[in-house]
Amino acid sequence: MDINLTLIGQSISFLAFVWFCMKFVWPPIVAALDERTKRIADGLAAAERGQHEQELAEKRAAETLHAAKQQAAEILGQAQKRANEIVEESKGEARSEGERLIEAARAEIDQEINRAKEQLRSQVAAIAVAGAERVLKREIDAQAHSDILSDLVAQI
Amino acid sequence: MASEALTSNEYIKHHLTHLTYGQLPDGGWGFAHSAEQATQMGFWAIHVDTMFFSVLLGVLFLWMFRSVAKRVTSGQPGKLQNFVEWTVEFINTSVRGSFSGGKNDVVAPLSLTVFIWIVLMNLMDLIPVDWLPSLAGALGVGHLRVVPTADVNATLGMAITVFYLIIYYSIKIKGVGGFIGELSFQPFGKLGLPANLLLEGINLIAKPVSLALRLFGNMYAGEMIFILIALLYSAGWALGTFGAFLQLGWAIFHILIVMLQAFIFMTLTIVYLDMAHQEHH
Repeated sequence: MDINLTLIGQSISFLAFVWFCMKFVWPPIVAALDERTKRIADGLAAAERGQHEQELAEKRAAETLHAAKQQAAEILGQAQKRANEIVEESKGEARSEGERLIEAARAEIDQEINRAKEQLRSQVAAIAVAGAERVLKREIDAQAHSDILSDLVAQI
Repeated sequence: MASEALTSNEYIKHHLTHLTYGQLPDGGWGFAHSAEQATQMGFWAIHVDTMFFSVLLGVLFLWMFRSVAKRVTSGQPGKLQNFVEWTVEFINTSVRGSFSGGKNDVVAPLSLTVFIWIVLMNLMDLIPVDWLPSLAGALGVGHLRVVPTADVNATLGMAITVFYLIIYYSIKIKGVGGFIGELSFQPFGKLGLPANLLLEGINLIAKPVSLALRLFGNMYAGEMIFILIALLYSAGWALGTFGAFLQLGWAIFHILIVMLQAFIFMTLTIVYLDMAHQEHH
């Protein structure tokens, strides 16, 4: 065991190493470790916040959906009501239109009837005159009696 | 391996001789050629092998850690950064567990340096004892001991530095008066002043001495056992094979000692510095 200068050399190199480690090695590494700890903590907090926000958003979405459904139901109800109204309206219109058509048809029929009557009248007169002509072949002056027959036709 | 010309005794002696640079008997300066010459050089000589390997390993440690510290990121760490962070975290936990002296920027880096440096120096013990000395011999260097911590100068050098720090912090925290008072008036009060001085003085001196000798003793003994096992290799193939298994077993066991001694040195350093920060009442 010889103690010699090595002792002092070792002390000096030891001090130098410790100084270097203290100045250039330890602080950056520890700073990085601390920063990572902080980042992880921040990340966890952010995750929690995100989850909270998601819950809120879900709730909001559910509310919106509910409101939308309600609105839709309302709109649907209104539409149905309106549709019924339209149906009723068109029913009324159809009915009046039908009545009008019937009315017109009836009027036309009346006209037809009148015309037919007219025709019949004239034909009946002609037939009567023809019949009378056949019966009274000889002695009848068609000219003299046609006035009487016209009066007769007018009376029918 | 021991050459034919060496006896066992000479082999061991050769392995336990440092590469010493100092004043030779003829008055010139140079490397000692034998253990006796090395001893004769007295205090003004230096163990070049111890210095070389300790500084080499210290620089290796700092270079590795500095290379990580330069591009350290708080994001995803690489493999080396992961290892360095794990080490730093381990040291930090140890310091926080043992040191209660408030904010101190020195203790943690000091502990890191102590731990890693001692581990690296101790690990030199696991290199087969003849490899590096044989290589050095081939290069013309007569003696070489590769385990710096098996040199009492190295361990004592570190322990004395720690001792200075203990005194520095004692005085810084308690003042000169407080420090001397602590040595003088405990544990027996004012009347037992001589006894107090003796007890506390021994207590104080025992710290660096025990710190240095514990590490030195363990590593010296470990190295010695490796040398003795290496002797078996020149004693026939049967003993040689036996020696190979012994060396393997001892090396595995020695890993434990390597880590344990480094950890003890570090922990005691922290504890001593913590005690220096404590006010005794």
